[in-house]
Amino acid sequence: MVNPKLQIQGVWKFFGRGAKRITALQDVHLDIADNEFVTLVGASGCGKSTLLRTLAGLEPHSAGGLLCDGLPITGPGPQRAMVFQHYSLYPWLTVMQNIRFCRQLQVHTRGRTSADVEAASGRADALLRLMGLTHVAAAYPSQLSGGMQQRVAIARALMGRPPVLLMDEPFGALDAQTREVMHDLILHVHRLERSTIVFVTHDVDEALYLGQRVVLMAPRPGRIDTVYTVPLPTQRTQDMKLSLPFLALKRQVLERIRATAGMQTDLELLQQLSHARSTDLAPGPDA
Amino acid sequence: MSALPTLSPATRAPAAAHAPSPAAPVEHPEPQPWWGVRTPIPPQRTLLLMGLGLLLPLLGWLALAGSGWVEPVFMPGPLQVLERLHGWYADDALLGDIGISVLRVVAGWALAAVIALPLGLFIGTFRSVQALLEPLTEFIRYMPAAAFIPLVMVWVGIDEGAKIAVIFLGTFFQMVLMMAEDVRRVPAAQIEAAQTLGATRAELIERVIIPSAKPALLDTLRVSMGCAWTFLVVAELVAASSGLGYAILKAQRFLQTDKIFAGILLIGLIGLVIDQLLRWVHRRAFPYLHTRD
Repeated sequence: MVNPKLQIQGVWKFFGRGAKRITALQDVHLDIADNEFVTLVGASGCGKSTLLRTLAGLEPHSAGGLLCDGLPITGPGPQRAMVFQHYSLYPWLTVMQNIRFCRQLQVHTRGRTSADVEAASGRADALLRLMGLTHVAAAYPSQLSGGMQQRVAIARALMGRPPVLLMDEPFGALDAQTREVMHDLILHVHRLERSTIVFVTHDVDEALYLGQRVVLMAPRPGRIDTVYTVPLPTQRTQDMKLSLPFLALKRQVLERIRATAGMQTDLELLQQLSHARSTDLAPGPDA
Repeated sequence: MSALPTLSPATRAPAAAHAPSPAAPVEHPEPQPWWGVRTPIPPQRTLLLMGLGLLLPLLGWLALAGSGWVEPVFMPGPLQVLERLHGWYADDALLGDIGISVLRVVAGWALAAVIALPLGLFIGTFRSVQALLEPLTEFIRYMPAAAFIPLVMVWVGIDEGAKIAVIFLGTFFQMVLMMAEDVRRVPAAQIEAAQTLGATRAELIERVIIPSAKPALLDTLRVSMGCAWTFLVVAELVAASSGLGYAILKAQRFLQTDKIFAGILLIGLIGLVIDQLLRWVHRRAFPYLHTRD
């Protein structure tokens, strides 16, 4: 890969120390290209969120190298905006004020001209329209549904034109229909803004539908298991979720997740348990 | 047998969607149980119960005092208390007593708040400050404020400062710990989102942590105000010559139980008024917490 946007070079992350030390990330290598959409998927405890947080600079890594545009990542910064699952909006600000939040920060006010201010105001309006939030611009986040709140969170992250967008299960708390709408919205944003997106999810459908590459991670210790390239055109449509290449890859990924999770339904045992006469689960005499 | 397929119920079903809307249903009366676990009760019943809860004790008090079972010295009647209150007011001392007591309580509380706010903010924000100051604060918190009175008299003297100091000692340490907790409860995602938008440390405190914790901090101030009032009588043990607490203590010497009742009820009433006032400020200052669409 020529000039990758993000470089993860043999990154390790430990939590705790001594005998209680847990390896959250084990020797992770991954290059992410400019304007690529990469999804991280895996069983719980596989370190996908930890990896994202180290990329954001919110969590220091224990060993290895993390580069953004060839420069080491030492802490959080406006080049890598993050979208969280919830509780990240500012409830005391209106939707518009939330979106414009970064404009008050020194990084954006330093050396600002009046043309910048005008452009920013235009961008805030454009983001409101893009996210379908124009009619609630003056509302407070608590007055919005979960899906609308996440639109605000995404718009706020996009406001400062971050080259990299890091998303930590942003749609995890939304219902299935809202999530589909959000998927098409974020794909549209990705095409429009030409940003590099790293997206963490535990939903395989979501990972395959959104990602150009799907990084499957495995737990204990957290590591990259397989990297899949999604055999779908960049322009996705909902009915591709029922196409044969999509379903074949989905089967493959799901099987691999089950194999690495170490958690599998033992149907035989369930049968035995629910039919055993000796247990309380057995039907009573009058049943 | 017809060659034309007959319409099955399944193919007819979509047509029903265009049918005229059904007739208005006969509604069941909504159940209004008295003992439903967390089930709402009708507003009239709420008002009735609230009125009863306040009125019944008053009636009970009236009946008990009027029955003559209890010596008026032990339990003066409401009318007797009102009369005493009027006498107190006519003496021109009541308003002065209220004024000086409110002043002492508010001064001690405000002084505590002014120092506790930055401390709480720093303890809740920086783990190093927390490690340095929290154990000591926890320790002092358990020391009884009343026991400090002799020391306060030695250190501060016996004038107004002493009374304010006792109220300060009684509220300050609680306040610091509660405020630190308020600051710690600011969601991590709010802070981290600002960090990934490029906020500096000062900007995090100024634009995220303070505005986010503000409503909880005002609630802590309100609760601490109640705490401050409970230290009033203790504070006015120190060489006072006026004030509600002092009046109660003096009435005790002359066995004026009606005046003791009047004083206690007054303190309760003033506390309630200030509490409601601060609740009103909360609603005005943080409209986003009180929007119900």
